[in-house]
Amino acid sequence: MKHIVVIGGGIAGIEVACELTDAGHWVTIIEKESNIGGKLNNWSYLFPDFTPAEKIRESLQEKCEQKDFSILRETKIQSLERKNGKFEIQTSVNQQLNADAIVLATGYELFDAQRKEEYGYKIYDHVITSADLEKLLLPDGNLTTVTGEHPKRIAFVHCVGSRDEKSGNHYCSKVCCVTGVKQAIELKKRLPDVEIFCFYMDLRMYGKHFEELYRDAQEKYDIQFIRGRLSEASEKIDKSLLIKAEDTLSGRPLKMNVDLLVLLIGMEVGKGTAEAASACLLQCEDSGFLKTVDSFLKSNQSNSDGIFLAGSCTAPMSINDTILHARSAASEVNKWLKLMN
Amino acid sequence: MKNFGFTVIKQRTIDYDQFDGRLLNEILENEPSFKVCLSCGGCTATCSAGDLVSFNIRRMNLMLRRGETSELENEIQKCMLCGKCQLVCPRGINLRNVIMLIKKNVVKYKSLSK
Amino acid sequence: MKFPPSFILPFTIGLLFIVSFLIVIVGVWISQLSKIDKSRIIHNIFTRKTLLAVHETFMESLLHRKIFKKNPVLGYMHMSLAFGWFLLIVVGHIEAYQHYQTLSIPIYKTIFMRYFATHQSITLGGKMLAASMDLLLLFVLSGVLLAYYKRFNSRAFGMKKTTQLKTGDRIALAALWFIFPLRFLAESVSAGIHHNGSIISQPTGNFLASFLPVQIFEMPLWWGYSCALGLFFFALPVSRYMHIPVEVVMIFLRNYGIKVQKRIDGFSRIQIYSCSRCGICLDSCQMTHAAIKDTQSVYMLKHLRNRKITDEKLFNCLLCGRCQTDCPVGLELNSLRITQRIESTRDYNSSYEYLRNGKIAISPQTQVIYFAGCMTHLTPAIIKSMKGLFEEAKVQYWFMDEEKTACCGRPLMQIGQYEAAQKLIDNNRERILASGAKKLVVSCPICYKVFKEDYAIPGIVVQHHSEYLLELMANGRLPVNKMNTRVVYHDPCELGRGSGIYHQPRLLLDEYAEVISIKNEKEEAFCCGGSLANTKIQMAERNQIREKAMDEYVRYKPDVLATACPLCKKTFAKSRQLPVHDISEIIYMAIQETKPSKLREEQQLKNTVKI
Repeated sequence: MKHIVVIGGGIAGIEVACELTDAGHWVTIIEKESNIGGKLNNWSYLFPDFTPAEKIRESLQEKCEQKDFSILRETKIQSLERKNGKFEIQTSVNQQLNADAIVLATGYELFDAQRKEEYGYKIYDHVITSADLEKLLLPDGNLTTVTGEHPKRIAFVHCVGSRDEKSGNHYCSKVCCVTGVKQAIELKKRLPDVEIFCFYMDLRMYGKHFEELYRDAQEKYDIQFIRGRLSEASEKIDKSLLIKAEDTLSGRPLKMNVDLLVLLIGMEVGKGTAEAASACLLQCEDSGFLKTVDSFLKSNQSNSDGIFLAGSCTAPMSINDTILHARSAASEVNKWLKLMN
Repeated sequence: MKNFGFTVIKQRTIDYDQFDGRLLNEILENEPSFKVCLSCGGCTATCSAGDLVSFNIRRMNLMLRRGETSELENEIQKCMLCGKCQLVCPRGINLRNVIMLIKKNVVKYKSLSK
Repeated sequence: MKFPPSFILPFTIGLLFIVSFLIVIVGVWISQLSKIDKSRIIHNIFTRKTLLAVHETFMESLLHRKIFKKNPVLGYMHMSLAFGWFLLIVVGHIEAYQHYQTLSIPIYKTIFMRYFATHQSITLGGKMLAASMDLLLLFVLSGVLLAYYKRFNSRAFGMKKTTQLKTGDRIALAALWFIFPLRFLAESVSAGIHHNGSIISQPTGNFLASFLPVQIFEMPLWWGYSCALGLFFFALPVSRYMHIPVEVVMIFLRNYGIKVQKRIDGFSRIQIYSCSRCGICLDSCQMTHAAIKDTQSVYMLKHLRNRKITDEKLFNCLLCGRCQTDCPVGLELNSLRITQRIESTRDYNSSYEYLRNGKIAISPQTQVIYFAGCMTHLTPAIIKSMKGLFEEAKVQYWFMDEEKTACCGRPLMQIGQYEAAQKLIDNNRERILASGAKKLVVSCPICYKVFKEDYAIPGIVVQHHSEYLLELMANGRLPVNKMNTRVVYHDPCELGRGSGIYHQPRLLLDEYAEVISIKNEKEEAFCCGGSLANTKIQMAERNQIREKAMDEYVRYKPDVLATACPLCKKTFAKSRQLPVHDISEIIYMAIQETKPSKLREEQQLKNTVKI
């Protein structure tokens, strides 16, 4: 029986572990947190069809209980060495693991919106991130401002920490566009009188049903889209926010008072991924995400033979893309193990 | 040639065949970062001069690329070179250099095109 | 009358040439000075200032005290050549006077004395003079030896780079390298023949005479020495060694109170020619951290001198002023660069008609004006802290540039657009005057410098917020709360080297946090790399400069990097190696800590957005 160590117990890690267990291997997951599920735990409802994230979480939980693989919680890898074609792993709790193959599923981290100081996150009241908002979208979430009233005008800012030299991230985080549209619709459902504006540079509705969601937002929910990047926000005496952008389609600067500003924060490679990459001597892209051998047929292979990559440690990815990428990783591992025999 | 009853008004159409790219090329050669503008408008939004007068720094790029250089000379004079645009630009364009290059070259190319 | 030997001709002609050339060119430069500057010379020439200039010339042009301080080996090299040569001339003349017993000696007889004075001095004084001449020559030769070594191995001098040479320099350098070895050989050979040498030349002469037909070598060696001298004098005007005579003129004019003006005049030319191209500015320049190696002050001055400066080089400088601090000649490097920038952008200054056409908003009557600055609007934490601190100290103020305000003008001035900047200055000045304020508090050092130096508003005190907050604290209007946060303070260029504000921010910070003293601080502080003065540098290059500076700061393991400039803050914040805060934020946070906990909880509750 072959032993495979999966680093990271998020969606990708669990999916890979399930698939490999089904294929008859012995799998161990190393997870740095006490909970599994990773960043899925941040979200309440998922685009494009508002599936409760809880549903996915439950099914992951169920799989973990049914399948016969072990999870080492609150554990990180310390070092990794290759010995006689096998991997020898030292963990942070001084355990030693021997593995025939490794799968890295270390995921991403959310961009820290405080780094875009001009948007005023944690400086002004009424500036929140998409992750903050997501928690408020649960049925018991309190959608009132500090004054005890519902917000009357809300602005969403796309590409916060993505496509931005100033944040150090040149790439597109892919999922923020549709997240913004999804959250705008949910807000509008809860607060029908609210005015919602999305400030975008490009709307990238790349996935199945994404474009339809965008159309719904316009048609059914009166959400307005303004093509222009916010330059800065400032606070008025009444604590409302004054935001500045250019309405690039009309070619004129635009100012707007809002009582809630939502920053659609992007994905960044996490500290965990960077640490794992240096422990395993893996190559990274300029973006910091892990490099795959190619983008087509070997999109799960790292530069190191026997170490495979799954999910958003390779690039920003939606949840369904992550699941597919994890499954393909499992199949690649399987093929590779057979070849090694 | 027979006139079919419709005429092309010059200002309404960008006649790309008449495009004079010399000024644009001069600027791109000296400041290649100007190529990567994605027209987000952050520069225009934050502009200190734009607070006081109708001025759209983002449009300078389009004017150059569409050969609308006649207005450019007057427009570019409005900039106060404060540098805020450069600080918000998501593509890291060296905008103050672009502005100085336009200021410097616009007169030269205007006289050339006459 | 007996004609002197013909070998003195190269030297004599060269000397005549260089003396007349210098008289003409310095005359032209001085005639180009403004009337005020000329009257400065006339008023000061018979005062103490001339004595001070003599003293400074001695200390700097001969002893090279400043180079010594910066780099002892390099200092010794320059000192041995300059001071040694000077003493050789002085002692040579005394020796000649002592020998010929008359003051009217042709100069060649002094310079080539060992050729003409073929008998050894018998007096004790003469012997001692001859011995000291030998020792002095040895002293100079040690400098020459170091110069050879430096040319081939500049790192041995603790210098990362040495300057590149041009043809004129090569000729003059070669001549200079040969002058003293040839003199030594010529004197030794003469000593070997006539026994007129002293403690070093005589033994060397005896040694050479023991196996060489020295008579054959005597004439060619004296010819060689004279030619080397002549060649050096002829190459001087086209070489960097022009700095030797011109620097002396510069020191005198500087002591008379003459400064580089906003146009290229005689004094700027004198400064340009005073550069010795020692290369110390290359080592201070942070642009080299981004592999930009051809725009530094030494090269700028060289190109200015040859009138071949391109915009690419002229504008590729942060104007951080580090080279100016380190320049051993004390050249006004920033002013010289700005002066040239004024020249090269003169034709396209804006007139900002719209400021005249638009109605100027009515200024409210106030005692205190707060001017945040354009950049500060992109660092709202500073504005929020300042608002909070004004409230804390119960100060009524007018936030002048909260909206719709012209830029201060300094960014235009940094790139030479003084004429355009003046329009913005006039507009803002009018608004400030109308408010009747007594105090102008500024958050941005770039604005601070221009308000302080160029606005010239009577009856108004301009203060950077670090000065102002220190004053409020000293007057007991801000509570004090020392936290145990370890802080490295980064001096912004325009505030530190630009305006001399080093102590106030530190005194203030010291009351609220632990300030760590570091190597590169105050005059030696780094530039963050974000400077608006450089229009040519690419973002990636700025990032390299910033990271190098940040690496230094990280070594001291501070909790926070503090600064006093929104642009420095924004630049360093991109690095992510350390949290970066403006000094006002640190004070504000510390004061918030002192609040009774109930109030603080309320405040925190307010800050945690439910939405």
